[in-house]
This record gives sequence, C-alpha cells and structure tokens, in this order.
Amino acid sequence: MGSRKAWAAAAALLGALPLLFDSVLSVGILNQMLIAVLFALSYNTLLGQGGLLSFGHAVYFGLGGYVAAHALRLTELGSIGMPLVLLPLAGAAGGLLAALLLGSVSTRRGGTAFTMISLGLGELLAAAALILVAFFGGEAGISGDRTAGPALLGVNFARETQVYYHAAVWVFLGALCLAAFRQTPAGRLAMAVRDNPLRAQCLGYSAARVRLLCFLVAGTFAGLAGALFAIHNEIITSQALGTANAGQVLLMCFLGGTGYFLGPVLGAVLLTLCSALLSDYTTLSTLYLGLLFVGCVMFLPEGLGGLLVQLHARWRHGRLGSLARPLARCALPTAALLLSGVLLLELAAREGEVLHVAGLALQAANVWSWLGLAGFGAVASLLLRRELPALQAAWQQTGAAHISQGRP
Amino acid sequence: MADALLFATLNGLVTGLLLFMLASGVTLIFSMMGVLNFAHASFYMLGAYFAFSLSQHLGFWPALLLAPLLTGVLGALVERYGLRQVHRHGAVAELVFTFGLAFLIEELVQLFWGRATQDFRVPALLDFPLFTLFGQDFPAWRAFMLLLSLGIFAGLYAGLTRTRYGLILRAAITHPQTVANLGHNVPRIFMLAFGVGTALAGLAGVIAGPVLGTWPGMAASLGSLVFVIVVIGGLGSLTGAFVAALLIGLLQSWAIASSVGMADVLALLGVSFPPDHPLRDLWRLTLPQVAPLLPYVLLVLMLLLRPAGLAGNRED
Amino acid sequence: MFRMPLPALRHLALATSLALGSLFSPLTLAQEPIRIAFIDPQSGSFAATGNSAYQVLTFAAEHYYNSRGGVLGGRRLEVVALDNKAAVADSQLQLRRAISEGMQFVISGQSSAVASALSTGIERHNERNPEARVLLLNYAAVDPVLTEDACSFWHFRFDAHADMKMAVMADHIAANPAITRVYVIGQDYSFGQAVGAAAARLLPARRADLQLVGNELHPIGQVKDFTPYISKIVASGANAVVTGNWGADMVALAHGIADAGLDLPVYTFYAAYDGITRTLGEAGRNRIHMVHNDHANPFPSDERRDFTRAFEAAHPELNVTQPRLVNTLMMLVQAMEAAGSSDPLQVALALEDSRLTTMTGEQIWMRPQDHQLFAPLHVSVHTDEGIEFDLDRSGWGLRTVHTTPLEATLTPSSCQMQRPAP
Repeated sequence: MGSRKAWAAAAALLGALPLLFDSVLSVGILNQMLIAVLFALSYNTLLGQGGLLSFGHAVYFGLGGYVAAHALRLTELGSIGMPLVLLPLAGAAGGLLAALLLGSVSTRRGGTAFTMISLGLGELLAAAALILVAFFGGEAGISGDRTAGPALLGVNFARETQVYYHAAVWVFLGALCLAAFRQTPAGRLAMAVRDNPLRAQCLGYSAARVRLLCFLVAGTFAGLAGALFAIHNEIITSQALGTANAGQVLLMCFLGGTGYFLGPVLGAVLLTLCSALLSDYTTLSTLYLGLLFVGCVMFLPEGLGGLLVQLHARWRHGRLGSLARPLARCALPTAALLLSGVLLLELAAREGEVLHVAGLALQAANVWSWLGLAGFGAVASLLLRRELPALQAAWQQTGAAHISQGRP
Repeated sequence: MADALLFATLNGLVTGLLLFMLASGVTLIFSMMGVLNFAHASFYMLGAYFAFSLSQHLGFWPALLLAPLLTGVLGALVERYGLRQVHRHGAVAELVFTFGLAFLIEELVQLFWGRATQDFRVPALLDFPLFTLFGQDFPAWRAFMLLLSLGIFAGLYAGLTRTRYGLILRAAITHPQTVANLGHNVPRIFMLAFGVGTALAGLAGVIAGPVLGTWPGMAASLGSLVFVIVVIGGLGSLTGAFVAALLIGLLQSWAIASSVGMADVLALLGVSFPPDHPLRDLWRLTLPQVAPLLPYVLLVLMLLLRPAGLAGNRED
Repeated sequence: MFRMPLPALRHLALATSLALGSLFSPLTLAQEPIRIAFIDPQSGSFAATGNSAYQVLTFAAEHYYNSRGGVLGGRRLEVVALDNKAAVADSQLQLRRAISEGMQFVISGQSSAVASALSTGIERHNERNPEARVLLLNYAAVDPVLTEDACSFWHFRFDAHADMKMAVMADHIAANPAITRVYVIGQDYSFGQAVGAAAARLLPARRADLQLVGNELHPIGQVKDFTPYISKIVASGANAVVTGNWGADMVALAHGIADAGLDLPVYTFYAAYDGITRTLGEAGRNRIHMVHNDHANPFPSDERRDFTRAFEAAHPELNVTQPRLVNTLMMLVQAMEAAGSSDPLQVALALEDSRLTTMTGEQIWMRPQDHQLFAPLHVSVHTDEGIEFDLDRSGWGLRTVHTTPLEATLTPSSCQMQRPAP
C-alpha cells in the first residue's frame, strides 16, 4: 500500500489527541468520535462501495452493542470472565450473525427494493427492541461494569483515556480492514456491481452474492462499533438501533462524501463535534444540521470530502490562485446571507427574548427586527447572485483539464 | 363480535382511503421522476398545520380549500428549486434529499408552531355522531373523510384517463422526449404534477388533522407507512396503491379487533415454554399487540415473494 | 491603540491576578456558586417539557434561595441546563461535561432510559473517582427498577414510581362501586407493560367484583387511529379505562373515546400540561383522571399560590407543571444545610430519612432503604369548573377528587443497596 505514511500519521494523531484534549469531557467526545468514525466507515462499505442505500444500518450497530453489553453484564455477575479487549469481537460476531440472518433475504435485490427492505426491517427491529423486554432490557437497557473483567497488564479500563486507547486500536484496525477490503478482488467487484450490475453478471459474477458479502462486512464492523459504544457508555438501550441513529450515519456519510474512503471519517468527526457543542449555543442545533445536510445534498453531491479533493487537485496544479479572487468576492455576501438566516431562525425560536448583535437589540415582537434582517439577507443574496457566476466559471475553468472528475 | 367487525371494517376503510390520498401522490411522483418522495408525509403535516392556522382567522371551510393550495405551491417550489437541482446527482441523492427534507420540515414545524399537539378541531357543522351502533358512535366527520377521499380517487382517475391534461401527463411519463418535441414544456408538467401530488397530501392532512392529531410527529408516523403501501402496490401503479392502501387499512383494523396470539399457536402445536425463557416476550405476543407493525412484515414478505408488488410489471 | 509586547502583558496579568487573589480569595471562595447540572432535553421532540422544567427550577432557585442570601452561608445556586436531546449517548456526554466542570449535583428526569444510564454511570464514576463524586436527583423517571433491583446509593427519586401510582389509582377505582369492569391499554414498552401488570395484580385484589376485561398493548407512536381499539373497549363492556399513554398517543386515545361517545372514566398518568390539557379540552371533561403529587385545585396553600402567581407572571407562556422540582431543590438544600457542606457523600447521607414540608403544605419523606420519596398522592379530574389555576391558558385544569396519605403509599422494595465505605 502506497499510503503507509498516511496510516502512520493517523496512528500518531490517534495517540496524541487525548494528550492535547485531556479533560473528561473532551476524551468522552473523542471516544464518541471514534465510534462514529467506524460506524460511518462500515456504512459507506454499503453505500459508497456497494451502492446500497440502507435506512436500517443502526440495527447491526445496536445488536452488536447488545451482545457486548450482555457479555459485559455476565462478566460483572461472574457467570463468564471475558476480558474487555475481546468484547468488540463478540460485538462484531453479533453484527455478522444479524447481517447473515437479515442480509440473506434483503440483499437479493439491489436499488430501491433493498432500500425499502432495510426500512421495513429497521422499523420492525426498532419496535421489537421496545416490546421484547427480556433481551433488550426495556427502557432501562442493558448495562454492565467494564472494569469487572480480568485486567490486562494491570489496565482495568476505569479511566476514560484507557477506554479511548482501547477504542482507538480497534477503530484503527477496523479502518485498516475496511480499506484493505476495498482493494481485494471482492471489494472491487462490489464497485463493479454498484456501477453496472448487469455487466458484472454477464461476466459471470452473482450480483446478489457480492451484495451479500458487502452487507456482511458492513454488518460486522457496525457490530464492532456498537460494542465500542456499549463499552464506552457501559450501557446500551433500544435507542442505539432506532431509526434516528440510522439517519445519523447516513447524514455523516453524505456530509463527508460517499465517494472517498476518508469522506465518512470527516463527516463523523464534524457531526459528533456539532451535536456535542452546538447545543451549548442554540436550541436549534438539529435544525442547523438538517439545513447543512440538505444543502450538502443539493450543492455538494460529493460531500465536503469531494470539495477538499477538488481543491487539493487545483492546488497541486497551481490553479488555486485564479480561484482566490472570485472566492473572496463571494465570501462576504455568503457570510452575510448565512448570518441573516441564522438570526432570523434564532429570532423565531426566542420569543420574548432580546438578541444582542453588533450593538443592535433584536426582538421577536418587533416587526422592524424581522424586516431589517430580511432586507439584509435579501441584499446579501442579490450580491451573491451577481458574484456567483464568476466563481462558477473560474471553478469550471480550473477544473476543466488534467483533473480527474468524480470517484478515484 | 359482529359489531366489532363492522366497526373495524368501517375504520379500516377510512384509514385505508386516507392512506391512499398520500400514496396516490407518491405514486404519481414516482412514475414521473423515478424518485420515492420521502417528504410526502411532511406535506401532509404542513397541510394540517396550514389549515389549523388559517382556520383560526378564516374559519374551517376556507382553510379546507386554501391549505392544500398553499401546500401544493410549496411542493411545486420544492420540485423547481430543490429536486430538479438534485436530479442531476442521481437517484440515491434524490431519495436522500427528500429524506433530509422530511427531517427539515419537521424541525421547521416545531420552530413555528411549537412541539405540543395543536388544538385543531372538527368544524361544528360536522361535529355530531352520524349513527350509533352497539353503543358506539360513528362521527359524521369520518363519513365526510370517507366521501371526500372516494371523490378524490374518482376525480384523479377521471382526470388522468379522460382529460387532455391527463393524457399529456401520462404521455410525458412514458415518452418525455416525444411530448417535448410536440411542444409541451415537460419540466413544467412535472412541476405541476408534483404540486398536485403535494396538494393532495395537504388535503389529506387537513381532513386527518382534527381526528388523528396535529403534532410534529404526525408525518414520521405516517411517512414510512405510505412508502410501504406504494411498494406493496407495485411502484408506479395507482390501482395497486389503491388496493394496497385499503388492504393495509383493513388488515390493521381487523388485527386489532382479533385476539389471537402466539400462546394460541403454541397451544395448537402443543409446545410450551417456561415463563422465564429468554425469549418469553416473543411467545406472549398477540396479534393486536403487533397490528401497527404488520405493514412492515407485509412489505418484507412482499419484496421477497413478489418483488414487483401487487400490480407492478417487470419492465422497470 | 498602543501595543504592549506579549510577555509583558502576561506578567502584568499574573501580577494583577496574584494581588487580587490574595486580597479576595477567602471571600470569593465563600461566594463560589453551587452549580447544579440539569440534564434534560432542551432541543428535539421532547424539549417542551425539558424547557419548562428548567424554567421552574431556575425560578425556584432564585425565588427561594438566591434572592434570600443563598445557601450554606451565602453561596448562590446556579442551575446549568445541559441538553441531552432525550438520548442516552448525549446524556453520558453531558454527565462528563458536568464532571469536567466540577458540578457535583445532577437533576434529570425525562425518560427512564436516560435515568438508568445516568444512575449506573454515576455509580461507577463515584466508585472509580471518590475524589470527584456526583449525586443524581431524579425528578420524573418512574421505572420502578431504579429504586428496586437497580437501585443506587447515588440516585434519589423524587417522584412516585409506576407501581405506587397504580396502587393509588386502584384505591380510587375500588372506591367507586359503579366500576366493575376495567380495560387497560398502554404503550408496548417497559412503562406501559408495568402499568398493565400492576393493574392486573392490584385491581382484583382491591375488590372481589372488580375484573380486568382487557389488557392491551400497542407499539409507541405507531398507532395512527385509535378507533379500532375503542371498538374493542366497547365490545368488552368495560366501564372504566386505565392507560399509561403519554404525548400524542394519550391525546389520540382520549379523542377516540370522546368521538365514539363513550361515557367512561379514563385513569391516566400523563394526561396534562404542555399543550395536552388545551388539546383535550371538552373531550376530557370529567372523563380524564390523573394520578399525581402536589395537586393545585382547590389551592392547598397560600405559599403555593404565591409561587405559582410569581412564576406565571415571570413566564406568561408557562405553567408550574412539575412542582416536584421545587421539592427536589428544597430537599437538596435542606440536606446541604444539615450536612453543613456541599460534599455529595455528606449531602446524600443527610438526604436519607429526611422529611420536608413542601410549599403545598404536605409532608414528604425520603426512605433511606431505597432512596424513594414518599408523599401524599392525589387523583384529579380534568374540568373547567372550580379551577383557580388553569393549564396551558385554556381555562381547563385538574381538580383533586381523591387523596392517599403518605403512609398508605408505602410499598416494599427489593433494593439491595451497595453503600460506600464510610
């Protein structure tokens, strides 16, 4: 692999992060980030690599987590003595088993049929998790003490950083496996089936079997991520396999870009940060995430990852310079438009409160606050409309030759 | 038992026809653009909320007319400035776009109307029991719902098969190039059709809002169900959607009325499990307990056994 | 503006802070606020209840303590809202935030999943970090298991749990000889199932001719139309309905019953506040009964009246929906004053077996064995007559029709508490 340096750098970064951000909270956020990264990577094996859009991927994450949580609990009760470092394997096995059971029926067809079955199964499993109290533990979920198992080299995983490094090793290994899977003949075949199932079949490959293989890989690593979630939180509840969680991972992948291996990583990191920190400033954090998502699907089909790759390509060819001027001319109106939009939404959400911005006191009850903001936004959008064509032209021009478009 | 069955059938019909009003729009849009509109139920929710707000100023009946119009205009705008843009990025992006849109509309509704259930009432004119049978009233409003949705079905069917516009629309679905060559503006036809579809959803919202509740979760609770119907009916088939909607409405209603459970099945088989069996909840399940989940079971079975759906053909 | 070289600036700042610090440090230490983490949803679908609870809590802290010179000799109470979006993972993260910022008290309540996650999380955190312990005050999560098999020394519950409330409801139902056939319907998850099981156990035991004619469960939030269930209720010949439903499921069920013209009393746990009372309106008149603590109509005490008026004047769009929050805060402060410190262990020990007279004038008691609060419980009816304080500005409210004294609400507990080593 030519990207050894990149992997080494990633490992170094993983090692250094908790040294830089060492509070209980930041290690907690880092931990969540790791779990989200692996979950998103596993999902992209399905979506980006196999072209299978699933609305029920949280099922495998959740079931893997439940298997791990039950093992954790049994260890705490003393029935079994499973070392913590092996728990993710149990979770992965749980995910694999679930994917084998459900995947053998749902991957027979691709496209819309697959998406619909995933939706149906997702809804069914989410409902079943609440109804079947004996296994899923009802609303209170299944919880276990991660320090109960036999200690490894004196490490008992009481401290957050120990859990972080444990998760980091597993996520690193998982990412390595998923990256390697893309390079195997089977992984390549999955892309072929994604792009042209008929042709792949004519060459003698069974599209259904390739899809199933992809599905199994994705389910296994989702289960692994679920186990890491159970270890980190020491509890798992039915929320983990709910539809909201399934939507979240879709959001991460699209935000980061499904066409690149690092896209979901970027999306997972961004989304975790946003949902952890945005709610400190506003009650509308979910709305902003929704807007970001829809905007991304509309204007950045390749995701933020795609944007970065395109920028990087232009930079490598020394063409970034000619973009700078139109970009700068668009920056101010864009910022103004975003600002007015955010202020309008915040104003709507805060009835009876006064918003102080740049020496102005904005109030929901004051009609001039609304008109002023709307006018400000309108002027900004008019300016943007005038400047945007130049940027678009420059973008097209710098990308026209030499630069490969689309997926690598 | 007979009375329960009769009521179950009546209620099943009301629910089924309501579901069809939504499913017809989804079907129409799928035939045109090949995209399943995840946000369709969100327009149903918007219809209910628009009608609630309008009825506070104008009274219910003008709202019944205006709210679907408003919803339709909004739908057409979404098609023009949203979906058409995303169309270039492929089918998956379109589906994901409508998924994001559904999420966004729910958030916006919460922002503007709040999170609580709204006090949206049946108009006084129709707020009386139509008849009482075996101690249970059948509200006049439900009969109105029944009639209105039947009327919509008839109107839609006639409109698509008997009028010039219907002809052009159907031609545009199958042969967009030819229709464009004949001088019709195909994108505008699609935009209008999208508007009509969402307006229908809005109308469904107006008539369902007062009885099924007007709250931010009303779209999510119906959205995936409408999908299920469209898929079971066979993607793109209006008749299939009609049959599937009625089937699911009746099936749920009857399942609730029944009282069969796993315990009966096990007794029939002569099997028994200890009360502390790890899967004990599974052996105690009853049909009414899982009735609202039956459509999903049906969906999975249908896709396995007859992937094209009830009335679908194998071409697409 | 003149610019100072950076090192010089830093030295100046250090010197100033040292000088100021040595001058004021004893005073500032005494004035350091007691920060309470309020981990509840502030955004998302469940935010309405979390928001209004936060306002009540902040208002009570200001009204009773901060405006009267603070607690523990002048320390302010500061309630910090930490949004958990009603999700387990976010709650864990917010708990870590509270811990990193040195907060030692957590108040939370919505959803038993969150309460369970916080309770087990705090238990383990305290065991592993005895130097930075945290105390959990649960104001509303009612899964009995939290003070039974899954009880924790660091968890205190200030609401009656599902089984206790069901027992009170059974008393009230049994006292009405007209009711002989009861139909139970609920959401299919641990709470709805617990209500069903408790009803099946308690009702026939209260009166011999009281029988359960139906015990139905339906998936949460999946039922679009309740009429088929109503038909079943009619067919069963029931003359009362018991339900643990909440939110939209509750509203839809009540409207279904009213639309079908059934004249049945409906006994509920969560059929009021946050828009529900207004939406029920006429459909609920004299039909909806709710079991709760801290009743409001007729007003039990002047103090409660003053507090409610003051709160509603400050927040015209809100109600004092959960007076339990005020009890929670009062008992916490009382324990702090008794312990003479804000150390969670000392406060927890002082909370055990403590008693308090609430602003309603009722006696409440924290049982040491399982950390479950006991208080008089009431059954009230949804009506617009004799309502001094309505809900949702709708003219409708709850009027008390039945009271069970504290002693009669005592239930045995299976709690085997692990107490920290002294």
